[in-house]
Amino acid sequence: MTAATPSSGILEQKRKRFRAAQIDWASLLGTGATGFATILIVAILAVILGNIAINGVPYISWRFVSTGTATDMFDVNKAGILPMIFGTTARVILMTIFVLPMGVLTAIYLTEYARIHSPFTRVIRGAVNNLAGVPSIVFGLFGAGFFVRFIGGGMDSAFHPAGATVWGQPALLWASATLAVMTLPVVIIATEESLKAIPQGLREASLALGASKLETIIKVVLPQAVPGIMTGAILAISRAAGEVAPILFTGAAYYMADLPKSLHDQFMDLGYHVFILSTQSPNVDKTRPLLYATVLVLLCLTFILNIVAIFVRANMRKKARMLH
Amino acid sequence: MAETTLPKVTVAPTAQAAGSPLTLIEVQNLSLFYGAAQALKNISLGIGERVVTALIGPSGCGKSTLLRCFNRMNDLIDNVRIQGTVKIAEQDINSRDVDVIELRKRVGMVFQKSNPFPKSIYENVAYGLRLQGINRASELDAAVEESLRQAALWEEVKDRLHTSGLGLSGGQQQRLCIARAIAIKPEIILMDEPASALDPIATTRVEELILDLKKDYTIVIVTHNMQQAARISDFTAFFYLGELIEYGTTAKIFTNPSKKQTEDYVTGRFG
Repeated sequence: MTAATPSSGILEQKRKRFRAAQIDWASLLGTGATGFATILIVAILAVILGNIAINGVPYISWRFVSTGTATDMFDVNKAGILPMIFGTTARVILMTIFVLPMGVLTAIYLTEYARIHSPFTRVIRGAVNNLAGVPSIVFGLFGAGFFVRFIGGGMDSAFHPAGATVWGQPALLWASATLAVMTLPVVIIATEESLKAIPQGLREASLALGASKLETIIKVVLPQAVPGIMTGAILAISRAAGEVAPILFTGAAYYMADLPKSLHDQFMDLGYHVFILSTQSPNVDKTRPLLYATVLVLLCLTFILNIVAIFVRANMRKKARMLH
Repeated sequence: MAETTLPKVTVAPTAQAAGSPLTLIEVQNLSLFYGAAQALKNISLGIGERVVTALIGPSGCGKSTLLRCFNRMNDLIDNVRIQGTVKIAEQDINSRDVDVIELRKRVGMVFQKSNPFPKSIYENVAYGLRLQGINRASELDAAVEESLRQAALWEEVKDRLHTSGLGLSGGQQQRLCIARAIAIKPEIILMDEPASALDPIATTRVEELILDLKKDYTIVIVTHNMQQAARISDFTAFFYLGELIEYGTTAKIFTNPSKKQTEDYVTGRFG
């Protein structure tokens, strides 16, 4: 120790013991508030799903999911929902077939061809984002006006001059097309994100080897974007499977004796059927079990369609990794 | 060497590069603008055939921009405007009747960041050949082996040609990119700081490779590493703020530069 007093003062201060640990109330509050919110969400979901499962499962039977409604569509012991399962599955698959090429091509244009800052590109981007915010009932009205009356009606006057109505009426095709328009932004945005994530260096490497822009997109860019495109498809399927409003005027039927046989037939739909069961039944108490069972099937179907898409994506990823 | 050998050009080399071999790339009064900013200011130089020419200078001096003029990679950037001419084998490459794809087949490029495709080693090398419609297995096999041998990578990868190119080390990836570039038998190879992301041992291997390749190819290399320029190049051009300050044999630039700025830079006083 030196004799110099000021430095010894500082040293003494430095030798002070660490402050004793204290309870950090702010941190506890933070953990508590965020944790509570999370648990609340999980609890709400559990109550909803649990309620549906408990009340619906007893009425699920092979007969229920494998036959149509023959005599009384509001009686759980007689009603069957095969036509609705078929209709919903068909419209979701058709929608996916329509929306993927359109969405992917648009996203490719926006990321690979369009000038980023041109007013034209900005307008398209704004339109895509706004399209995502349009209420689904508006898509339903648009589909009825554009697809059913304009396109369908136009096709009828072109191919059936005698005045027969074949295409100019609500149909599976038009409902799927309307849903495709509705889910277009989801696919475009997901694809765009995956295209943007591909390093510019890969495109340059391909071009520097004498590839054209199109060859670069097909051989280098798109294979890398496939998982992102599939994510877009999964999101689109999730959104579309449970939607009722867009198909109200474009293809869903209150009741049909048979399954749709062609694209210009109407179809019965699970979501729409839930609405019918809950509003049109002459005996609410008698219909309630049927309602639960139908909702359960709708949830399961949405879930299954998602799982299928996720499996397809995983499979494609694996293939991409295994190379060719 | 490619079957379509270039016509022997007898344009007199620019005064600064007197005594150089036949001029293959002839740059005349080249200016380049990104929007309003001028990146290259009235550059004129001739680059000789089958020699290594190094472009050096501090960051932002325009050396990479000039390199990318030689295979028209600047076409990819919006708002780029070019004045003056770049001639390769006496042909103005910016003229409207030059097919840019044809140009890039003759002027290959290796980038700063190694960028193998997420494909197998074999498919990486075969990529450019497949683009040209060569799909016969025997032909591809031979070309892939030859290119990988030339890139001094064959011995290391011959047993795993069909595994991903991304599984290689950084130095191996860069040599794979060189193999990919030489597979299509270009006449000129442009290298944009090809060793800047590599460790010293990998750098040495790439440098040895460059010295080996100049027997068959004309190489233009951008580098930040002055020792590297001194080790591997025959001619060196020093750029500063978009201008060509000095151009001459590497020996002269590094031992007896005529401009003060060049001397300051090569002796490490700035930059």
